[in-house]
Amino acid sequence: MSSAVFSTSAATGRPFVFDAETVPEVHSLASASRASLDRTAEGGCPHTTLQIPERPGTQESLVARVLQSTIKNQQSRIPPASVTSASRLAIRPAPEMVSSGVPALDALTGGLPRGCLTEICGPASSGRTTLLLAALAAATRRGEFCVVVDASDALDPQSAAAAGVELGRLLWVRCGESSAQKKNSPRRHRGTEKSFFENPEDRIQAHSTNHTEHRLEQVLRATDLLLESGGFGLIALDLGDLPSQSARRIPLTTWFRFRRAVEHTPTILLAIEQQAIAGSCSSLLLQLGPPRDELKASIAQDNRLLDADNSGESAAKACPEPVEERRKNAAHGPSAPLRVNSSRGLTAGDIAAPEGRKKICLIGQSTFDFPYPAHAQLLTGLNITAELIRSRLERKPARSVTFESKTAWAG
Amino acid sequence: MPFACIYVPTFPVAAALRAEPELKARAVAILEGKPPLENIFAVNEKASRMGITPGMTKAQAELCAELALRPRSALQESAAHAALLDCAQSFSPCVEDTACNTVLLDLTGMESLFGSLPEISRAIYHRAAVLGLETNVATASNPDAAMLAARGFSGVTVIPAGEEAEQLGALPIEVLFPDRLEEDRTEEDQKEEAGRLLETLDRWGIRSLRALAALPEVALSERLGQEGLRLQNLAGGISPRTLVPVEAPMVFEEAVELEYAIVLLEPLAFLLNRLLEQLCARLASRALSTQELRLTLELEKVPGFDQQSAINNQQFLLQSAIENRQSTICFVRTLRLPLPMLDARVFLKLLQLDLNAHPPGAPIVKIHLAAEPARPRSAQGGLFLPPTPEPEKLELTLARIAGMVGENKVGALELLDTHHPEGFRMQRFVVEAPQKSLRETPASTLTEEKSAVTALRRFRPPLRADVTLENGQPMHLVCRKKDVQGRVLWKAGPWCFSGDWWEREAWSRDEWDLALQHGETVALYRIVHDLLGGGWFVEGTYD
Repeated sequence: MSSAVFSTSAATGRPFVFDAETVPEVHSLASASRASLDRTAEGGCPHTTLQIPERPGTQESLVARVLQSTIKNQQSRIPPASVTSASRLAIRPAPEMVSSGVPALDALTGGLPRGCLTEICGPASSGRTTLLLAALAAATRRGEFCVVVDASDALDPQSAAAAGVELGRLLWVRCGESSAQKKNSPRRHRGTEKSFFENPEDRIQAHSTNHTEHRLEQVLRATDLLLESGGFGLIALDLGDLPSQSARRIPLTTWFRFRRAVEHTPTILLAIEQQAIAGSCSSLLLQLGPPRDELKASIAQDNRLLDADNSGESAAKACPEPVEERRKNAAHGPSAPLRVNSSRGLTAGDIAAPEGRKKICLIGQSTFDFPYPAHAQLLTGLNITAELIRSRLERKPARSVTFESKTAWAG
Repeated sequence: MPFACIYVPTFPVAAALRAEPELKARAVAILEGKPPLENIFAVNEKASRMGITPGMTKAQAELCAELALRPRSALQESAAHAALLDCAQSFSPCVEDTACNTVLLDLTGMESLFGSLPEISRAIYHRAAVLGLETNVATASNPDAAMLAARGFSGVTVIPAGEEAEQLGALPIEVLFPDRLEEDRTEEDQKEEAGRLLETLDRWGIRSLRALAALPEVALSERLGQEGLRLQNLAGGISPRTLVPVEAPMVFEEAVELEYAIVLLEPLAFLLNRLLEQLCARLASRALSTQELRLTLELEKVPGFDQQSAINNQQFLLQSAIENRQSTICFVRTLRLPLPMLDARVFLKLLQLDLNAHPPGAPIVKIHLAAEPARPRSAQGGLFLPPTPEPEKLELTLARIAGMVGENKVGALELLDTHHPEGFRMQRFVVEAPQKSLRETPASTLTEEKSAVTALRRFRPPLRADVTLENGQPMHLVCRKKDVQGRVLWKAGPWCFSGDWWEREAWSRDEWDLALQHGETVALYRIVHDLLGGGWFVEGTYD
């Protein structure tokens, strides 16, 4: 009703009613007409009940005036303090931004916003987990407690430790089918009282649930509980290995609920996924992966290299640029120059084996003749490209940044 | 030197009402004896008004339909007595355990802590009510006067110093003989002696303490001896004595015996809630918390219950009851908390979740709950400290999540000193308040930004793959489960690891890092050749 009143006022170009003074005589007239109309509705005769005082003018203008004054009277009943005009709306405070652990990413986005949902999406090997661990390391370094709700039970503790995550401050929820869950599925007991005096054979779950859906359900329920518990600096939902079709089944209302739950709290809600699924509920959306042009060039170059390799030509001819430069230019993952690098003679023996690891070669080959790069060569200096797709925090055009990752030996 | 006395009238009934508070509005009688020879042992005031008196048989009492009959429970009475001691200990360290229904406490110096004597008396009364006991509280300048006032006056009574004789004078002579008030089983000769004295005084026309105090001392001594003088001093409120203080044991246990075995979780939760509230009230009165709750459920023997396998499951204890020479099965669950807590609702939810995951498997006939006392945690908050989850909420959340995903699937990580690829274990996630504020943290550690480290995403369990080798190196990979297949674009390795060769679970493996075409992008995988078991596995992807 109030919105109708505002639109009427706005349409007629008059000032809003609660800014104008009330007219006493109109008010009395309106109340008289309303009283008479009420009586009419009860079955009385309008001719006998309509008590309109004598005023100059025609009857039509009188009725119009009555209706107008009735509307004004209704508007005047709205207390001025209950509605804030759009011009007086306070500017919503910008969320606090904290470091994501990657300076290049901080320079791009300003960091990760507290009290908001941030999505990091990308295909496999695009650097999503690397970013997640960097964010977790930064948060635990600040003394915050963090959670990883792991839909696929994919977290590697050695990688987390190598990334600098303080494991004592990290709560890991490993979702998946569990025996306890099988026995005590809430669906089984829904609507019935649960008796613990029963045969063990009866406890075996009768229905078969889709595994992925089951994991997803666990993820969402665990996230709900953790958001309700509060007090965490970062809550990460790792949906990176879930198929996009399954992840898209999460209703938008769920993401909206998560966004509302995390709002006005110091918690960062971070979702790792293959494709953006939260829609407008996410305040920051980062797309990881190579730019398309570079990707196509890289794949084409790979194919050329493989063909050249098969035909016995030197791979170096196909890649005339300096090795280091090409490696830096690679979009992500090991690129063709890396392979050329190895074939040029940068053997595994050139890289010192990390402490605790023993490098061996196959029987009949010497170490220096081994023509393939080692772990360190393959994984050090991988470039990760992050593209800012959407940021509700400030109006920035979509842009991208590239940063390097390194290999840590934790095992 | 002010003293206070806490007295619980009709103690067996009060103990039963403490266990079942909903009976407070009803007439209650306590039965004693072995069936079918059960007699009424104690009654409350409502039952007394209905004509129920101690000594009646159960059959006679059952004629009254509104009467609630309960068997006498030693467990309930000991718990009520412990609660009475806890109540007294919360006000004074000097407490005398006079009788199971009477506690005396020395209030010297307590005015500065708790206020004036009337205020202390009212506080004691309310504290006892919180602990589930309807009591009489009296304060006086000597212990016996306080005790007599508590026995004689209901509610809270404060006797100013010097007015003991006047205040106590109106009391009947029976308050001097507690065994006449409480139908307790004292020694037969003591009971006879008390009965003889009371009869004598009654024949003399002495029916109040004022009359007894007014008797001439010598004549009384000649007729009744030293006992007569002692009684006269008590009646006059002039019998100074020192308290015999006791140290209340730090045992917090509550138990309830059930008339009918329960098989559903909901009524069990209802009873647990009551026991937990009583335990928490007792702990709170002693300014303590608990870090460990031990729930023992005595189970009924049912035909379908496999006793031996249950005992082998180590959640059960076989206890021998010496009285009836029958063994009982007890189901024991221990709830260990990371931090001392004192919240009955949290405890109840945790126990419910635990029993959901570990049902007893047989009907329950007796519930016993014990709390291990601990000092309450003290934490100093700070404006500049990072947010921290509340321990109670977090524990509840973790228990709920553990009920969903499994007990060993939620917690903190702990790396093990091994090169095994899964060299870690899950441990309990404990929130400890940060010791240092951010201001105290060295700036270098805060500003230190490590470069991102390439992370591995593991497939648990590893995926079996078919690998085509060429010159001993993988050239083509097919793993249908994850749709990982294709020609190897790049590779690195092998890295050989082995360990635990001295144990049965020895392992030895070669690791390779591969790059495969994955749709429009390139994906990096770690594959493993199991040298002992044979076969190739995709262990994870670099992401």
